Amino acid sequence: MAEAILRSNGLIVGYSGTPVISGIDISAESGKILTLIGPNGAGKSTILKTLIKQLPPVSGAVYLDGQELNALKPRDIALKVSAVLTGRPNPELMTCGDVVATGRYPYTGRLGILSEHDREVVAESMALVQVTELRDRDFNRISDGQRQRVLLARAICQEPRVLIMDEPTSFLDIRHKLDFLYLLRRLVLERQLAIVLSLHELELAQRFSDTVLCVRNGKVDRMGPPEEIFRGNYIAELYGVEHGSYNAELGCVETAAVPGEPRVFVIGGGGSGIPAYRLLQRRGIPFAAGVLPENDADLPIAEALASEVITGKAFEPVSAEAAEKALALAARCEKVVCAAESFGTMTAENRRILDWAKEKGVLLPAEELNAL
Amino acid sequence: MNDEKRKLIYAAGFLSLGVMLLVLLVLNVAIGSSKMTLSQVMQILFTREGNNSAIVWNIRLPRLLTAALLGGALAVSGFLLQTFFGNPIAGPFVLGISSSAKLVVALTMIGSLARGVAVGSLGMILAAFVGSMISMGAILLVSSRLKSMSLLIVCGIMIGYICSAVTDIVVTFASDSNIVNLHNWSLGSFSGMKWSSVGTIAVTVLATLALTFLLSKPMGAYQMGENYAQNMGVNVKLFRIELILLSSILSACVTAFAGPISFVGIAVPHLIKTLFRTARPIIMIPACFLGGGVFCLLCDLIARTLFAPTELSISSVTAVFGVPVVLWMLLKRQKSKEGS
Repeated sequence: MAEAILRSNGLIVGYSGTPVISGIDISAESGKILTLIGPNGAGKSTILKTLIKQLPPVSGAVYLDGQELNALKPRDIALKVSAVLTGRPNPELMTCGDVVATGRYPYTGRLGILSEHDREVVAESMALVQVTELRDRDFNRISDGQRQRVLLARAICQEPRVLIMDEPTSFLDIRHKLDFLYLLRRLVLERQLAIVLSLHELELAQRFSDTVLCVRNGKVDRMGPPEEIFRGNYIAELYGVEHGSYNAELGCVETAAVPGEPRVFVIGGGGSGIPAYRLLQRRGIPFAAGVLPENDADLPIAEALASEVITGKAFEPVSAEAAEKALALAARCEKVVCAAESFGTMTAENRRILDWAKEKGVLLPAEELNAL
Repeated sequence: MNDEKRKLIYAAGFLSLGVMLLVLLVLNVAIGSSKMTLSQVMQILFTREGNNSAIVWNIRLPRLLTAALLGGALAVSGFLLQTFFGNPIAGPFVLGISSSAKLVVALTMIGSLARGVAVGSLGMILAAFVGSMISMGAILLVSSRLKSMSLLIVCGIMIGYICSAVTDIVVTFASDSNIVNLHNWSLGSFSGMKWSSVGTIAVTVLATLALTFLLSKPMGAYQMGENYAQNMGVNVKLFRIELILLSSILSACVTAFAGPISFVGIAVPHLIKTLFRTARPIIMIPACFLGGGVFCLLCDLIARTLFAPTELSISSVTAVFGVPVVLWMLLKRQKSKEGS
């Protein structure tokens, strides 16, 4: 088991003595990423602030290398823990290099003059985060993505063992979010840092965390590896999702099905049905889908969006029985749309639905869905 | 901007401030209602002999030293307050700190005159310090409730007006003939300094300046914001108290001896930042001190020579030069906000 550098025991956090979240038993281990998720206002920031001693605990304690945080001097904490906080600092007339160099604070002397070694660490940190070319630029005149990277370089420059970050990827575009999290992975692997951060992006939390901690209703609701947390309907429950659903396996949000009797039957398969499902959902038309084998790429989306789905066994050809059920269902619909471009051995039975629709004159070409 | 270029800028900046200070010191000794040539002045300075020796040694020298020291103190005090509040237009005058110091000093002077005792220069500093701390306390109370910086400044200006009004009333109704001096002082002036006062001023200001310089490291961290400063290992609570005490001592010292002087605390740090292209405390503190000295020597020279023999109050001159600087700064900041 990895070494726990920062941990809390029966911690209750809150503001001016009023508890906000209780039962926090966190352990930040070297070489691991711990991610806090939970709805807005659940208290993720409150926990993080308590971990870096910006808020006193209401009860319980935080331990850094076995010593209680309250008993440690600010400098002793700074030597081991650094942070990237929310909110944009706007220091006057400081270059990015200056901002990164502030991370050397606990190491410099009385007047804060950088030694040769300090300069080397600053340069290394900037190179690691790939912001070397920003060194002489004004910190107040760089983009949000660059700013987060510079602040990360600052935190690394402090040579911490634990890195605490409050929503560091908010305001970044998707490319910079990914870059940022890859960087964290590298830091964890190369420097054996312990990272504790809060994220709003669930799909990223799922992919980059070693442990996920869920905060809800004033307590730590669950804590465990992402494989345990992102399962079933838990995430939608955690956030109290009412409209739509969260697909834990794929890590994406899905809208809810349009209620009512299906008006269109979609023959899909192999991912071909998805554009039609989405289009019908957007236009508020209830629909049915089939016949989809249980391992078909269409199925998760169809299950979320369609009023009814006819499924077949995985890795088996669609059975005649399932095709009959589908035909009965299609007969209740006004139109049939065939999104599948061709039929293979597994979906040969689906062709019968298409032929039936042609014969009945209810087949609607996929490109005419918009006109429905 | 690379390190080499920075060093060059700093060296050039300090050099030009040094030259300006020297030139203004010489001009302030040489120019006045008694006409003297430069060689006469030099002779008096080095030999203490000559017709105008008393004028140079007892009037001009104490006055110019006071102007240089107190001007520097004001500029540094302004810089400390700006760092503390993260607001470029914070300063002892705008926040009402000078005015409340003035009020307490006026009350102390009148009270002691009525009893027939004279207050020493240290007593004056103490009274001004108490006054500074009263309005500082009020400002801190407001700033903990209101996060808006413009409201903070408005509060400071209001406190300033109340204190000035009460001071005026007190001065108007005080009957003693000595009050004439008090009236001059309450407008702001460097005139009539004794060598003993100069000594007290020098010791107080230079000692406080040294302590301030030792705070330049946490001050630099604090410019990144309170939370980051704490994360770097600054004992933020202690640091804030130190900063407030030091800036109050500096502005109290100025008010006790020269009365309230406006806009030096805002204009000089801004000019220095523009000149040195940095806000690093380790550069700013000594540079503001020199710059404040230069600014006040120039303003005092104008105050006493422009309409000689009538002397202007120092505050009217500093306002004339300081206000445009402050306005320019505000416009520039607005522009850079729109630009980014």
